[in-house]
Amino acid sequence: MTTKSLRAGPDERGHFGQFGGRYVAETLMPLILELEREYRRAQADPEFEREFHHLLHHYVGRPSPLYFAERMTDAIGGAKIYLKRDELNHTGAHKINNCIGQILLARRMGKTRIIAETGAGQHGVATATVCARFGLPCTVFMGAEDMRRQQPNVFRMKLLGADVRGVTSGRGTLKDAMNEALRDWVANVADTYYLIGTSAGPHPYPELVRDFQSVIGKEAREQIQSMEGKLPDMLVAAIGGGSNAIGLFHPFLDDASVRMIGVEAAGKGLDGREHAASLTGGRPGVLHGNKTYLLQDEDGQITEGHSISAGLDYPGIGPEHSWLHEIGRIDYRSATDQQALDAFQFLCRTEGIIPALEPAHALHVVRDIAEGMTKDQIIIANLCGRGDKDIFTVADALGVEL
Amino acid sequence: MSERLSAAFAKNRAALVTFVTCGDPSAEQTPAVLDALVEAGADVIELGMPFTDPMADGPAIQAGGIRALTNGMTLRKTLAIAADFRNRHPETPLILMGYLNPLLSYGDGFAADAVKAGVDGCIIVDLPPEEDEELGPAFRKAGLHFIRLATPTTDEDRLPAVLNGASGFLYYVSVAGVTGTASAATADVGAAVARIKRETDLPVAVGFGIRTPEQAAAIARVADGVVVGSAIVDLVGENPSDPAPAVFKYVQSLSEAVKSAT
Repeated sequence: MTTKSLRAGPDERGHFGQFGGRYVAETLMPLILELEREYRRAQADPEFEREFHHLLHHYVGRPSPLYFAERMTDAIGGAKIYLKRDELNHTGAHKINNCIGQILLARRMGKTRIIAETGAGQHGVATATVCARFGLPCTVFMGAEDMRRQQPNVFRMKLLGADVRGVTSGRGTLKDAMNEALRDWVANVADTYYLIGTSAGPHPYPELVRDFQSVIGKEAREQIQSMEGKLPDMLVAAIGGGSNAIGLFHPFLDDASVRMIGVEAAGKGLDGREHAASLTGGRPGVLHGNKTYLLQDEDGQITEGHSISAGLDYPGIGPEHSWLHEIGRIDYRSATDQQALDAFQFLCRTEGIIPALEPAHALHVVRDIAEGMTKDQIIIANLCGRGDKDIFTVADALGVEL
Repeated sequence: MSERLSAAFAKNRAALVTFVTCGDPSAEQTPAVLDALVEAGADVIELGMPFTDPMADGPAIQAGGIRALTNGMTLRKTLAIAADFRNRHPETPLILMGYLNPLLSYGDGFAADAVKAGVDGCIIVDLPPEEDEELGPAFRKAGLHFIRLATPTTDEDRLPAVLNGASGFLYYVSVAGVTGTASAATADVGAAVARIKRETDLPVAVGFGIRTPEQAAAIARVADGVVVGSAIVDLVGENPSDPAPAVFKYVQSLSEAVKSAT
């Protein structure tokens, strides 16, 4: 009997083991079934693939470099560290990869209005960008508290022509923005496409977002083989919903020699409640259309995540990560706000790169593990976003007034 | 399964189905609100199980849920309030309505405990037929009605899947939208109900956007049941210190309208 590929999921009902699925209100069920049919048609259409890659190349600027971080490697004194430079993409993060794929799907489906949720604003900016590029009206739901924290991204979205709607229900953060986007979708089923920003939500979203983001791992696999003549020993990526991580990891899942670490946000520490580490501090449940690990209380009420990084501040995680966690293929760890801040400054000074706070969490773990590895071993970390959006948050945390 | 639901729909007119959130605004007030619903003429009671993320609900029911959760409502307390209701009202059918996660968190004993508390059935908004195995088999084993939802997006190809495993009654969501916002045209609702009734013997109750006695009467003429929720929850919110009298008066006006609609 041959070993089953770890890349074969989800099953035809959208499940990764016990996780994933389609837990949505009946009004939306026919819509996500239609989305799945259209995605299968797109997968079988070479023209879809061609257009996707054409835009990734000419509009997004892919492939992103795989960069040998020499000074960082020397400073730590262990494994060779490579950074996958997805922060150099148009709009400054990996989010645009997925947006290009989904806007092409929306166009195939004849949808004339796009909605999205956003936390830090990166997915909102990427969605507003592709909507401007294709001339489609765009509404972005963003928690009122996040709008306050991320003013520059709010303005970017508006410049790009998006209607940014502040969400005050709940605590006014990412999960509430997602609830509000779902409510809008239920009320506008005929013309509206919901462009989800991470590898979560009802099937087929976790699958299609992963597939669009897998361009990260496919490129990295080719690049490292051409630069080093072998596969990496370790992959490291930060996890909020988990789309940049699954994008890097997925093409390597069947390479048993490649170890992987996903890094959740430990916020102010895992011993309290102010963190966003769903796998470490949560348990399985159902929210936003999928079964996955969630931060929740003993009565099944969802609790709020906390992280200095608004992009990791979500009480759930993509269902494929929950499955990979349960089968033990990927090691999930966490980094605190303070550890991420330290790693943020470390990268600024060793490599002249200002990372976003999200990948700074991954960089903390890289610093932690590289030292114990040998000089001929290779780590690839996903630098999934740049830090321009975070300078006010970082200044505030460092006690600097701008 | 309990016969209370079929009896409620066997009258010579449409049944009035009323929704309130359990523990809104507090656990102490819910019993009096439920009594007011029954005394005012509600034929079926839907008791909402509050959830932090009610993604199919509009502002009114969201606010009711927040009031209830803020004051400490839980699923266990909801079942205790249900059991207490059943002691006072042996005949009135009681349905629990809410979202899946608190039930999953409660664990395998939920269906049996709900039946023990005198609950007749459940509506789980985010559990479509595709994920039925999550609770459906346990409900059927325990004798708890699984009340499914059909919507304007449920086309003829899909309707059989929705009806397969449904029992008690079918809840027709008359508008594509969240609770308590837009209202459907009565003619459209009548056509949809007729289409559904060609496929099932289950009673069809219609909800979403019904607020006035006139609207309730109009729907009563074309459906087996009329569901009113957000408007009652709004009244609870407006009268937090003593919601029962306002609820009684309003539901009585709905009941009279439904009874006289022929």
